[in-house]
Formats: sequence, structure tokens, C-alpha cells
Amino acid sequence: MSLAGALARLVAWRLAFVVPLLLVVTAAMFALAKASPFDPVRQYLGERALVTSPEIREQIRANWGLDRPLAEQYLTWLGNLLTGDLGESRSFHRPVAEVIGERLGWTMLVTGAAIVLMLAAGLVLGTLAAYRQGSWADRLLTGIAYASEAAPVFWIGLIAIWIFSVTLGWLPAGGLTDAGSATVTVGEVARHMILPVAVLAFSQSSWLVLFVRESVIGALREDFVIGARARGLRERTVLAGHALRSALLPFLTLLGARIPELVTGAILVESVFSWPGWPVRRCGPRSRSTSRCSPRSPCSPRSLSCSATSSPTPPT
Amino acid sequence: MKRLWALVVALLAAVAACSAPVDTPAEDGTFVIGLSSEFDTLNPVLGHAPDGGSPLFDGLVSRAADLSLRPALAREIPEVTGTTVTFRLREGVTFHDGTPLTSEDVAFTYNAVLDPDNNSTIRGDYAAIEKVEAPDPQTVVFHLKHPYAPILQRATLGIVPKRLLEGQKLDAAAFNTSPVGTGPYRFVSWTPGDKIVLEANESYWGGAPEIKRLVLAFVPDDNARATRMAAGELDATVLPPKAAARFENQGGVTVHRVPSADYRGVMFPMKQPVTGDAAIRKALNLAIDRSAMVNTILAGAGDPAFGPIAPGTTWHNPAVTGSATPDREAAVRILEEAGWTPGPDGIRVKDGTPARFTLMYPAGDSLRKELALAVASDAKRIGIDVRPAGLDWDAIEPRMAKDALIMGYGSPYDPDFVNYELFHSSYAGQGFFNPGHFDDPRVDELLEQGRATADEKERKRIYDEFQQRIHDQAPWAYLVYLKHVYVIRGEWTGIEPAVEAHEHATGGLFRNIHQWKRAA
Repeated sequence: MSLAGALARLVAWRLAFVVPLLLVVTAAMFALAKASPFDPVRQYLGERALVTSPEIREQIRANWGLDRPLAEQYLTWLGNLLTGDLGESRSFHRPVAEVIGERLGWTMLVTGAAIVLMLAAGLVLGTLAAYRQGSWADRLLTGIAYASEAAPVFWIGLIAIWIFSVTLGWLPAGGLTDAGSATVTVGEVARHMILPVAVLAFSQSSWLVLFVRESVIGALREDFVIGARARGLRERTVLAGHALRSALLPFLTLLGARIPELVTGAILVESVFSWPGWPVRRCGPRSRSTSRCSPRSPCSPRSLSCSATSSPTPPT
Repeated sequence: MKRLWALVVALLAAVAACSAPVDTPAEDGTFVIGLSSEFDTLNPVLGHAPDGGSPLFDGLVSRAADLSLRPALAREIPEVTGTTVTFRLREGVTFHDGTPLTSEDVAFTYNAVLDPDNNSTIRGDYAAIEKVEAPDPQTVVFHLKHPYAPILQRATLGIVPKRLLEGQKLDAAAFNTSPVGTGPYRFVSWTPGDKIVLEANESYWGGAPEIKRLVLAFVPDDNARATRMAAGELDATVLPPKAAARFENQGGVTVHRVPSADYRGVMFPMKQPVTGDAAIRKALNLAIDRSAMVNTILAGAGDPAFGPIAPGTTWHNPAVTGSATPDREAAVRILEEAGWTPGPDGIRVKDGTPARFTLMYPAGDSLRKELALAVASDAKRIGIDVRPAGLDWDAIEPRMAKDALIMGYGSPYDPDFVNYELFHSSYAGQGFFNPGHFDDPRVDELLEQGRATADEKERKRIYDEFQQRIHDQAPWAYLVYLKHVYVIRGEWTGIEPAVEAHEHATGGLFRNIHQWKRAA
């Protein structure tokens, strides 16, 4: 059988598998959301839940069909989904598709740019550190990498704001555009992107630098590198073409596994830089807290899960 | 290899060099407010700024700094007698799109709030209204279900144009994100998650604002807000007391600490053996060190609390007061007289029951947590064992009749608000209303009279007695009233601090920003 034929079969098999898998996953999510103590009506009412009578809460529940059997709710949701209707966000009072659409782009922009920067910087710096193993540059780099691995990303963000925005005044401290402007221009967004992208890449690339350094050090001791050197190849060719290339294989697998962490990091960075990405909002809506919701409270990562009732943020 | 290092250094230098310097002061006429949370909606029907305080909308009435009502879209303040209230509208008011305001718009707004299908979060506040009618273009008639004295305090709700909302599904209406009102500012744009831009309504009936462009930037993180304020990107912001400390005595910025009616207190379950004993509740009230709470937990931005109605408002009874510092001797005397004697472990015991109860607080709220811990340590010193428990609201709700809870309420506008539901026996155990099952026939009577009495003097007397009775029976231990802390850049005239409600995004100090003038 030809390679193309095998590939096509694999793709077709995977696609056929996607449908039942998605059904199982969504049904499980639905059941989990129902089983959790999270009450979408209370979330919708926010702080007003404390001054709203139980009758009104029940009325809203009935209006939304939350009093219907679980299976019926799921099938309704599924039917709407198939017709392209994701429902309305109760928190934003707008269609869910719109809310996701307008914010997903900004999150993708920051994470995408951060991945590129992190890969480029991580590979270059990691290889250099391995090559100059034991030099002052290597020690400095590994030291910084260990320190940044230990430092929480929101803290790095605040330090970066303090240095580059408050003290030096080079870069804006947050937002998508300058506070005074009503339009979104490429130049402004680019300038506002520098700090969040740099902080995200910096905080996420330490493991990458350390990993590349370790593998390249290992590869440099291998026979084929010694062989390449013995053949009189240029040092740069040996390093980039032989040592680094063989060191990269396990790295790709590792990168895939680290993507979720990057997204979590992005949420915290977006919060510190007021970047309009994934809706991270309102942690203790009913708590009347004096705006103490911050990246340190464990609420933010949970905002990623969209509950079945189209409420973007379950409360913590 | 050296060359590669040089390249890295050069690249870094290039990045630093390209970044153009940021011009910190906003362009002339623009004022940027940093808010801690984004608006859920800008539609008043769904719950946007029902107590006034939206720059986009006007209510029939608005509030002066002393919280007295003054006419806004209404021509004058109507008299309230019986079950109808008639408003005459101001002539010549237009919405931002140029269409004239009529009584149809007012009736539509209130009836839309009352319509159960619209799921309005504020519907419960307007429960006394039967319906609102518009007999002619300049007249609006409110029909009430029962005589309801505070109805005028509910007339601050922003009025929306019927033309743009009629027959639409309110939950997904385009109006929610591009609103049209009659207020001093008109809507320009909303970048979700980032900011809202508004511009001055030059034909505002109350006079054109001096600040021509108003930006509401959403910066949820407290530290980020403080840093952006320091970097000059924000002209004004709201901060927790400790984060505002660095702006104190700094040139060019002013820190405002504005009192609020927002209290925190311990709600006692009245049907339990320990907290049901008035001696325990009164002794705790005496033993709590409120001045320490204000100074350390609130960093000075608060006042000690002794009752549900805030000092500084018309309705506060000055006789309901106490000492901010603890009086442990008096507390111990009350406990001894009631038969609570020290047990072997130092915890008092009466008839074999140890003086011990659980004090719940919402786990995510660090302020309430600190207050709960402070109450527990104050209680320990008079031999009462209070066990703080941080829980999720979903876990707290079913336990409220059994365990004490740190709660927060309070409205500066009318003594009927919230207090009726919190202390009337008919609301006992109804969700978050009267969770401790407080039951006092005289208090029920006073609350009913207060709501139905139109005469101000008589009302004042009724609510004075209400506060005294609550103070005597101590179903709550009131701890502190919070102060809201604002940092504002520049010199302005027209800033009028008033006792604030809990919600203070663009209400609060910014509610009259259209009247602010740059000091010469």
C-alpha cells in the first residue's frame, strides 16, 4: 500500500473516532457541571444573589430550563450546537460565540508570539550554554533559569511593569491600546504586546533552556559528534547540525505536554497586563469582597472551563 | 561563537531601542478611570447602575451629596401618598440618537424590569410596583401594590429608549453592548476585557461636561491598577487601603477615603443553644476590638459598626453606639450573671453546654477571613470558643440556620432596604434573607409601619426604635463599616464625597464626574 493511502486511512479513522469521543466528553462535562455545587443562577445574580428572594431565583431557573431533566438539557444543548447556536452567555448578556470569538484572537496572538519567542530564545540560549558549559555565561543563564522557574509568573509580570513602565517609562503597563484611544491600531497593539509576550516567554522558557542545555551537553559527548569533529567539520555545523538536531527529538514531545501550562500562564499574564483575552473575571461574585480578586487567588485557572449552562466563569 | 553572543546582545539592545517612549499624560480632555471589574451589562433593565451612577443614563431623580433626592428626568419630586405616584417629565430631553424622551420610555423601562421573562437581576427591588403607565407623553404614573414610602429611592433607575428594545430578547440585544441613553456621556466603543470609551454629550440637559472624553479601563488586579496609576496611565482609580498607601503625600494625586453603608458583621443563628442566648451575643459585642479591626485589617479605611444603618445618613440613630475598644470586664460580668462559668479548659459552660460555636466565612474573601479570625481571638479572651470555618457559598447556604456567619449588607438610601428582609420574621430562613431566624413581633410591626409611613418625622421615629431594638437584642454583632479608597490625579472642583453603597464602580465618587471642573 502506498504511503498516501495509509495516511488517508489513518486520517479517516481518526475523524470517525472524533464524533463518539466528543459526545462522551461533552456528556461527561455536562454531568460533572450538574453534579458540582455550582449554581448558575447564583453566578448570574452575582452580588445581588444575597438580596434576591428564592422565588425570583426559581423563576430564572425555570426560564432557563434548568429545572428540566438533565438528559433533556443535554439534548437541547446538542441540538443548538449542531445548528451553530452556542447559546447566550449569562454573565456577558451576549451570544457565547461572539464572546469567545472576540477574545480568542487576542489570547492566540499573545500565546503564539510567546511560543515563537520562547522557542527561538530557548534554543539559542540553551545551545550556547551547553557549548560554553561551566563558563560565567552558562552559570548566569542556568541561575536565571532556575530562579524564573521558581518565580510565579504574575510576580515577574509586576516586576517587569515596575522596571519598564514605571521606572524607565519605555513601555505601557497594560491594556490592549493606549487608554485614551478608541480605535485598535497595529502599532499600538504591538507596543502593548511587548511586555506580556516577553514575560510569558521568559517565565515559560526556563525549563526549555535547561532542557536544551542538558540534551546538547549529552549529545556533545556522543560518538557521532566526536566523529563529526574528527572529520574536520566547522564547529557551528557540528553544534547546530549534529548535536542540537539529535537533542531536539524528545523536546518536541515535551513541548506538546507543556502547552497547557503555557495557556495557564497566559491567563495570569493577561490578568496582570489587563489583556482582553480569555474571560477571567469575578472570583467571589457573591462575596462582596473589596476587589481582592487577583492572580494569586486560585480562581483564575478555573475560568477556562465553560460550564454546560454557558456561564463562562464558575465561581470559586 | 563570539559572534553569536554579540548578535544576541545586539538584538536585545535593538528591542529596547525600538520601543518608543510612552507619553504618560493623557491627551487634553481625556480622563481615564481604572475600574476593578468590567460591567456585566450596560443595560439598566438588566441591572446596570440601578442607584444612579451611570454616566450614560439618567433616572427620574438623582441624588445630591447629602443623599437627598433632586429632580433629573422628572420635572420635580412628586409627593408620595397612597398607592399612586405621578411624575411629570422634564421637557425637551433627547436620547443620544436624537429621539425625544417620552413617558412611554419610562413605562417601558420599569415594566421590562418587572417582566419575569427578562430575568432582570434587580426585579426584586421593584416588587412593590404593580405597573407603570404613561397616560400622556409627559406624565408617568406608578401604581403600587401597597403604600411604599421608599418608592422615590427606586426612581434613580436609568431610562432606556423603548424604540431600540421593544420586542427584543433582552439577554442578547445589541443594545446591551452599544447603549443609548440620555446621560451626560454618550457611548463610543467597548473593547471587551479592556475598556469602554465615552464622549461628552454636548447637548446634555444638565450642561455639557468639562471632561470631554471618559475612558473606563478594566484592570482587575489591584497591584496592576496601583502600578498603572503610578505610571500615569490612569487618572483615577479605586484601590484597597493598603495599595493606596503609597500615593499618600505624593504630589499631584489626592487620596479620598469615602465612608460607605457597607458593613461586615457576625450573623447569629437565633434558634441554637449557644448563639441563641442573648448573654453570649451581648458579651461578644462588648468583647470585640473594633478599633483593632479598623486599624490593622482595614488599614484605617473604615469605621466601627454598631448597627445596620450607617452613621452619616439621615436615618442613623446616634443613640445606637458603643465603644470601639473592648470592655472585657463588662462582658465577663454578663456571662457570669447568665450562668456561664469557666470550665476546666477555660471555655465557659452552662448546664453542661460549652460556650462554643462555628463562625463561617466565604473562603475566597480575605477580608472576612481576617475579621472571623479576629472575632475568634477576641472571644477566646472571655472564655467563648469560636471556631472559624472558611467555606464555599454553596456549602454555607444550607448551614446558615445552624452556624454563625460573617455577612455584609447595608444601603445608605433608605432604612427599609434590606433591613425588612433581614429582620422581618416572615422572611426567616428564606435564602439569604433572615438566615438566623430572628423573630421579634415589635420589630415586624416597626418594619411594616416604616414602609407604609410617608411622613418623614414619623418614619425617623420608627426606624430609631427599630435600631434600638436590634441593638438591645443583638441578633448580629456589627463589626466595621468599610471606606472606599480613591486615588485621583490633578486638582478638581466639584468632587462631592457622599456615604456610598457597596456598588461604586461609576457611582460613588465618580457619579457626578460630568460636573467636575479643573481647578485653575
